[in-house]
Amino acid sequence: MQRIEDANREALQRMLCGDPVLVDALPAGEAIPELKQGMILHAGPPIGWDRMCGPIRGAVAGIAVFEGWAPDLRAAADMAADGAFEFHPNHHFDAVGPMTGLTTVSQPVMAVENRAFGNRAYCTINEGLGKVMRFGGNDDEVLGRLRWLRDEFGPALGAALRSAGGVELKSLVARGLTMGDEMHQRNVACSGLTLRALAPALAATAGGNAALSKALAFIGGNDQFFLNIAMAMGKAIMDPVRGIDGSSVVTAMSRNGTDFGIRISGTGDCWFTAPVEMPQGLYFPGFTEADANPDMGDSTIVETIGLGGFAMGAAPAVAGFVGAGAASEAGNFTRSMSEITLGENPEWTIPALDYMGVPTGIDIRLVVETGLAPTINTGIAHKQPGVGQVGAGVVRAPLACFEKALLAFAESVGVS
Amino acid sequence: MQQPAINKLLEEPLKIINIGLERFARELDRQGVEVVHVDWAPPAGGDPKLADLLAKLGS
Repeated sequence: MQRIEDANREALQRMLCGDPVLVDALPAGEAIPELKQGMILHAGPPIGWDRMCGPIRGAVAGIAVFEGWAPDLRAAADMAADGAFEFHPNHHFDAVGPMTGLTTVSQPVMAVENRAFGNRAYCTINEGLGKVMRFGGNDDEVLGRLRWLRDEFGPALGAALRSAGGVELKSLVARGLTMGDEMHQRNVACSGLTLRALAPALAATAGGNAALSKALAFIGGNDQFFLNIAMAMGKAIMDPVRGIDGSSVVTAMSRNGTDFGIRISGTGDCWFTAPVEMPQGLYFPGFTEADANPDMGDSTIVETIGLGGFAMGAAPAVAGFVGAGAASEAGNFTRSMSEITLGENPEWTIPALDYMGVPTGIDIRLVVETGLAPTINTGIAHKQPGVGQVGAGVVRAPLACFEKALLAFAESVGVS
Repeated sequence: MQQPAINKLLEEPLKIINIGLERFARELDRQGVEVVHVDWAPPAGGDPKLADLLAKLGS
């Protein structure tokens, strides 16, 4: 239908002309005025406490203690079960969060502004590897790190970004793709490039040599520091694509450990959900699939803009890390995703694939027709709260989401 | 009387293209028979309602 082709052309154009810039870090309550005490934003489509998976429950208990809403983890869990907290998806408040993805009022969030459209999107600061809240961790070590991020690192990062005039992300990601990153499970290059861009300004804002040393060590010691920036960037790029009448382009993919949800431009902000799947991957020593929590997090926003599993060809090292086969097969993942997308991004190219642009603009019609579900690179959390990451792997978005979306989309354009 | 072309088929090396179910190709390959596999599936996994909608929506 010409109407759909025109709408999708507009959607792809909006994606490609996005101009994301990391501009600030500030308390979530300032960035998102609607975010009040007692409100908890989470990854994925809407869900209540009764259906939440273990890691999100663990993170909820931890964040309630961190925010001073509960005296301890047990009391926090009881309060959550009694309905003391209000739960909403990050996506409903211009935000995204990795894995459990919790965002609350006093946590610092990084702001990415899409200068082509003037909108902003937010994501918390990546906590590092090991025992962290995004994997359900909630002990003193986890909460202590969150306090440092809130009281010291976040304010210093915000001041550095403001004094530096921001960090332009489109060109930074383009360089990262040529250096082996796919921006979901490998962010080594982009984290380093970000550190290089921010270090001079941080030196002036960190508050002394000891604080600067700690801040630089924190960024430099975390290969996934850039993940949360990439996610806010993805959200900032995709939000202007929402609500184009007649467009069958996916504007968000997200999961909460129980449900996988997608949103389509032409059907507004409806969620189309199906049960999440279990990632297939490799486990850290001492863990097996029996320990794993099903798929979780808003991080699939990076696949929505053509990175992550869609850019696997740029990051052969990731293919081994996530158990996706030989390095030589990495390009096949990217090529197959071009079968379900509208075009390529000419500014984000992959040298190893003869400078093919990353596949961009997932069309639900192509997904349903081919039966090729989007490929997602992901971390794997332990299913029990408080344990943390146990592996990394590849997971497919459930086809049922796309089939449900197609039925609703057809109705929205008067086809039955 | 001329022999039907079909009768000659098995008298010379076969050129096989397998479409759809990959297992057939794998079996031939296992027996040392050269085969080219085409990865194909019916639109929408063969669901007639979805296939009909896709035909109307264009893709």
